[in-house]
Amino acid sequence: MDTVFGIPGGSVLPLYHELAVASIRHILTRHEQAAAHAADGYARASGKPGVCIATSGPGATNLVTGIANAYMDSIPLVAITGQVSVAMIGRDSFQEADITGITLPVTKANYLVKNVHDLAATIHEAFYIATTGRPGPVLIDIPKDITTQRALFRYPPKLHLPGYRCKVQPHALQVAQAAAAIGAAEKPLLFIGGGVITSGAHEEVRQLAEGQDIPVVMSMMGKGGFPETHPLFAGMVGMHGTAAANYAMCETDLLIGVGVRFDDRVTGKVEAFAPKAKIIHIDIDAAEIGKVVQAHIPIVSDARQGLAAILEKLPGKGEHQAWRQQIRRWQEENPLRYEKGGLKPQYVLEELYNLTKGQAIICTDVGQHQMWAVQYYPLSRPRTFLSSCGLGTMGFGVPAAMGAAVARPGETVVVITGDGSFQMNIQELATISHYQLPVKIIIMNNGYLGMVRQWQEFFFDRRYAYSEMLGNPDFVKVAEAYRIPGRLVNESREVVPALEEALAAEGPFLVDVRIDREENVYPMVPPGGTLNKMVTGGKGA
Amino acid sequence: MKRTLSVLVENRPGVLSRVAGLFSRRGYNIDSLAVGRTENPAISRMTIVVDGDEQIIEQVGKQLNKLIDVIKISDITNDPYVGRELILIKVNADPSVRGEIMQIVDIFRARIVDIARNSLIIEATGDADKIDAIENSLRPFGIREVVRTGKIAMLRGAKTRGMEASGNGTGE
Repeated sequence: MDTVFGIPGGSVLPLYHELAVASIRHILTRHEQAAAHAADGYARASGKPGVCIATSGPGATNLVTGIANAYMDSIPLVAITGQVSVAMIGRDSFQEADITGITLPVTKANYLVKNVHDLAATIHEAFYIATTGRPGPVLIDIPKDITTQRALFRYPPKLHLPGYRCKVQPHALQVAQAAAAIGAAEKPLLFIGGGVITSGAHEEVRQLAEGQDIPVVMSMMGKGGFPETHPLFAGMVGMHGTAAANYAMCETDLLIGVGVRFDDRVTGKVEAFAPKAKIIHIDIDAAEIGKVVQAHIPIVSDARQGLAAILEKLPGKGEHQAWRQQIRRWQEENPLRYEKGGLKPQYVLEELYNLTKGQAIICTDVGQHQMWAVQYYPLSRPRTFLSSCGLGTMGFGVPAAMGAAVARPGETVVVITGDGSFQMNIQELATISHYQLPVKIIIMNNGYLGMVRQWQEFFFDRRYAYSEMLGNPDFVKVAEAYRIPGRLVNESREVVPALEEALAAEGPFLVDVRIDREENVYPMVPPGGTLNKMVTGGKGA
Repeated sequence: MKRTLSVLVENRPGVLSRVAGLFSRRGYNIDSLAVGRTENPAISRMTIVVDGDEQIIEQVGKQLNKLIDVIKISDITNDPYVGRELILIKVNADPSVRGEIMQIVDIFRARIVDIARNSLIIEATGDADKIDAIENSLRPFGIREVVRTGKIAMLRGAKTRGMEASGNGTGE
């Protein structure tokens, strides 16, 4: 950890006073929510814990969405908040908020430090808890008078956490059962999620898939955990997954879920999920086993160690030619496709993929553009797809990209956003400009809250209640006001030159793409539906 | 199905709200919760009676286990244990019915702990059935107020519900 994100304020002034002369880089964001998302993006891109700092009261409450976001996606984040002095707590003091109470349901642990001698141990404990087991956000609330006191710095060599369990080694018996099931399966399917990225299990996933000839599908959190251009890859599963992945889910006889939590956007109707499958579920969080679907072979362990143990138990190579060909046929019969003509977001992503050779770090906001980015920008490296998957936080993309740009200098960092999401943290253009973070922002601008409009079209009689973004600014001019160059794209032929210019620019760049306003995301499994009942677009997919 | 959970927790600030919050947040039905210090002042024990099917109880246990302050959870429902609740009942008792009330108190081996001109406070301990029974027996006299603890429970015999840590939380 070398960088923190935050905003100073009354009760953290003593902390900032020292931070200014410490060997830690501080990035001043323009809103605390962005500090939390930037720290989250930093953590996702680097694998190291992200740190954000805010003052008491509104500063702290502004962090809450970012903390909840990290909690849902299991991202190691340490949030440090100022608090009013110990004697002032509980008196509704100026800028006082009970932030440990407020964040109780969205943190893995949180602390209010009331004694300066507890501070070092608390910080040690916070980082340890945030980064081990199933990672997650931890908040440390520090009253102002604690940060003005002096204490001898004693970093405890050992922590006393009798109630904290982080089992990482799988149970040998369960591993043997899993290996036997894999050996016996005719239609096995590997389903990878965020746990694969967190634990760095991508090599083990590839070995298992290739060695046993097992097709691979992913959740959105699993994107980057397996090369999407690999012949064994069948796509994302779930609401906007590929037809092949969803059909495979319905037909598999052995589902190997690795670091996944069977979210409702993945399963559709739970009773009809993977109906023919025996399920192996590998997860480091015992509470995920059996939470949504019943696992036949549960393995509570780190994803990488679980897979490594299974690989050791598998004698030879596997072969599932008929199953693989079946999935291939589904892929050929139902490719992702869209109608040509007009200005299509899918086309923009395809060209972006070509120009960046698939090597960019893709950060998204939430909505239609997010799904198109998953579908039309295949990735092959872990920690290159940063998206708010669980909480679905519009406004995540831009600050997350700032975190990624700080964590991975030299890499191309691209934000795919929409005109709705972008405006939820648009003030961060100032941070990008201030630090000249080389973030390339591509706005899929349809003048709508596009996904909302799509749902209104499908499920609410096309009554577009308050989803049209009347009054959008000229985004290129907004960027220019922050001294960030930009380009407006109105026609398909302007896409490649604009992207080339954006990618060639040394610093940040904004591209405002006026896409076809009523383009939809296909395929789509209606909420609560079964995975093999997908809605596909008229002439399109 | 009601289950009785005996939960050892670190005696840290906020631990009660963490546990209670978990139940309401995840929609579990809590029947009663009693908490107090153990023989080790750094550790408290909660006795939680929770209602739910097997899958819910399993999730309750797993989710509780994830709380950093929770050291150990035991479902003692099927083990032999002594379970006790305490009730204080303020009942109408003019002199004409006092004798009858005292008989009921005797039968339930309860105690009269306060007396006023027209009322008594009765203290009784026992399992939930006995507590319900004494409350029902006194109802005809007119109950003014009831205060009831949740259930506390302890395993029978020499066995203890260990203080040993089941996790590797040493910070190594």
